[in-house]
Amino acid sequence: MVGALGCAGLAVPFVKSLEPDASVAAAATTVADLTGIAPGMQMTLSWQDKPVIIVHRTPEMIASLKEVEPQLADPNCTVPQQPPYAKNIYRSIKPEWLVMVRVCTHLCCIPLFKPAPGSVEPGWDGGFHCPCHGSLYDLSGRVYKNVPAPRNMAIPEYRFVDGGKKVEITAMYPEAKLC
Amino acid sequence: MSRVLAWIDRRFPLSRLIRESMTEYYAPKNFNFWYFFGSLALLVFAMQVITGIFLLAHYQPSASKAFDSIQTIMYDVKWGWLIRYLHTTGASFFFIVIYLHMLRGYLYGSYRKPRELLWIVGFVIYVCLMAEAYFGYVLPFGNMSYWGGEVITSIVGAIPYAGSWLASLARGGFGIGTATLNRFMAFHAVLVPALLGLLVVAHVLALHETGSNNPDGIEIREHLGPDGKPLDGIPFHPYYTVKDIMGVGVFLIALSLVVFYAPTVHGLFIETYNYIPANPLQTPPDVTPAWYLAPYYAMLRAIPDKKLGILVLFLAIAAPFFLPWLDRNPRAKSIRYRPVYLAMVVVLVACLLVLGWIGMQPASPALLPPARIGLALYFLFFASLPFVSRIEPTRPVPDRLRM
Ligand code: HEM
Ligand code: FES
Repeated sequence: MVGALGCAGLAVPFVKSLEPDASVAAAATTVADLTGIAPGMQMTLSWQDKPVIIVHRTPEMIASLKEVEPQLADPNCTVPQQPPYAKNIYRSIKPEWLVMVRVCTHLCCIPLFKPAPGSVEPGWDGGFHCPCHGSLYDLSGRVYKNVPAPRNMAIPEYRFVDGGKKVEITAMYPEAKLC
Repeated sequence: MSRVLAWIDRRFPLSRLIRESMTEYYAPKNFNFWYFFGSLALLVFAMQVITGIFLLAHYQPSASKAFDSIQTIMYDVKWGWLIRYLHTTGASFFFIVIYLHMLRGYLYGSYRKPRELLWIVGFVIYVCLMAEAYFGYVLPFGNMSYWGGEVITSIVGAIPYAGSWLASLARGGFGIGTATLNRFMAFHAVLVPALLGLLVVAHVLALHETGSNNPDGIEIREHLGPDGKPLDGIPFHPYYTVKDIMGVGVFLIALSLVVFYAPTVHGLFIETYNYIPANPLQTPPDVTPAWYLAPYYAMLRAIPDKKLGILVLFLAIAAPFFLPWLDRNPRAKSIRYRPVYLAMVVVLVACLLVLGWIGMQPASPALLPPARIGLALYFLFFASLPFVSRIEPTRPVPDRLRM
């Protein structure tokens, strides 16, 4: 009995030694220049070891956000996957700029950016398609119904700087869950 | 010679072991094709251990060096390509052999009483083997390694309560990196092989305790001759050692054909995207698992819900564990006397083949309906077996082996 307790106690340091060590990076902010991103194009950068995508949406892309709504699981963004200022159908501060953590909420793959209508399945309005288990998202990262992923993709905290020419990603929105 | 043996036997039960497990281990006289795969599994296991040791001599478990060290093995180490291809081909052949070995258990009811523990030890071996293959798959740190590593540790992360802690334990950080490679190497090269070794010993001990089943599913130990030996048994050595050596010959020819002429089998044994280094910012355009895990992967993709999908994945893997208690036919074990059960096994295998094919295709909404049908039939096999097996038509089972 005492021996068993002793063994269990001894297991603690061994298990603890497997936890991430102290060098794991601290949070940092990053600034991205928007001037090079033409309408319809995207840029993906690495922030805190996570891919963040910035999409410059065209008026047609913005219009598609209303059309896909019947197919979405949480079109009104009730799950707090975004800061309050991005709780709208664009999931952004300015409709034409989407700033989003490009991590599938299912099991962490990076969804493919598929803006062209019809490019994933007939009737596709443009959005994101995850190559791992086929989850679908619209052009503001809202998840479709009946796919493996449970939530909309996360929007980080960000703000526009330099008169709107740049965006500064400041922090992960604490309530958002990645995957 | 005999003096040396006598010296040893006084101190270690060498002759007794040989007698009890080879020359006086009585096996049914009607073994067929399906009985090659146990000894072949032993052979592949040994081959993986030996080639693995030589690979470790050059492999570097760090995020910045792992991929390049594999290229070094392939191009700069003398005969390195041969050793690596033997190891990668051996991994796939291990699963081919094990799947055929397990299928034999289904066909002849080898999991039934009194072989429940033999079956369960085998099942645990299979689970360990999947873990072993997974850890090994991550080590070369190609882009499929990276994303396979990410997805599976994320599945661990989805376990309620302890999940995210367990996932960060597995990764050694918040992402897949050097810390992950170091611990995966410890698991792949030390922990899991050691477990496998112990389990294989337990497996063979259990086998020799109950004696082998056979294609008729009849217990030969119920008919002993006057000398106390089973009337329908023959000594394992020399009769089955000779048979198994012939199996080894055919097996080695097949293995050589793959190793020398088609080591990647067009992306099946070594995946094409794994020739690209790990890239945390880019998931390959179609992520598919190794062929031997593809049926489970298709099941995961077929369920439009994260938690439920993972639950189904675990249940699908766990289902065969319960087989000894699901099959309740009171009269017969083997498909030879159970036409309905045979049909069910055929459907089960067909489902797994179709699911495996779907699992290796790019994710696409069009493949969801067939995947869901396959998934339903897979579980239907296990769910209906307790009832079907009790009422199914059973042909009269003879007393003794039929040949
Ligand atoms: C490292 C992996 C394994 C090795 C080395 C191994 C080895 C063996 C050997 C040498 C035999 C006797 C020869 C034969 O019947 O072919 C055997 C029998 C058997 N094995 Fe395995 N085995 C392994 C994995 C498994 C697995 C994964 C299962 C099932 C889940 C399993 C279930 C059985 C059963 C039920 C028998 C008795 C079959 C009969 O008598 O009809 N084994 N194994
Ligand atoms: S990780 Fe995206 S669908 Fe599974």
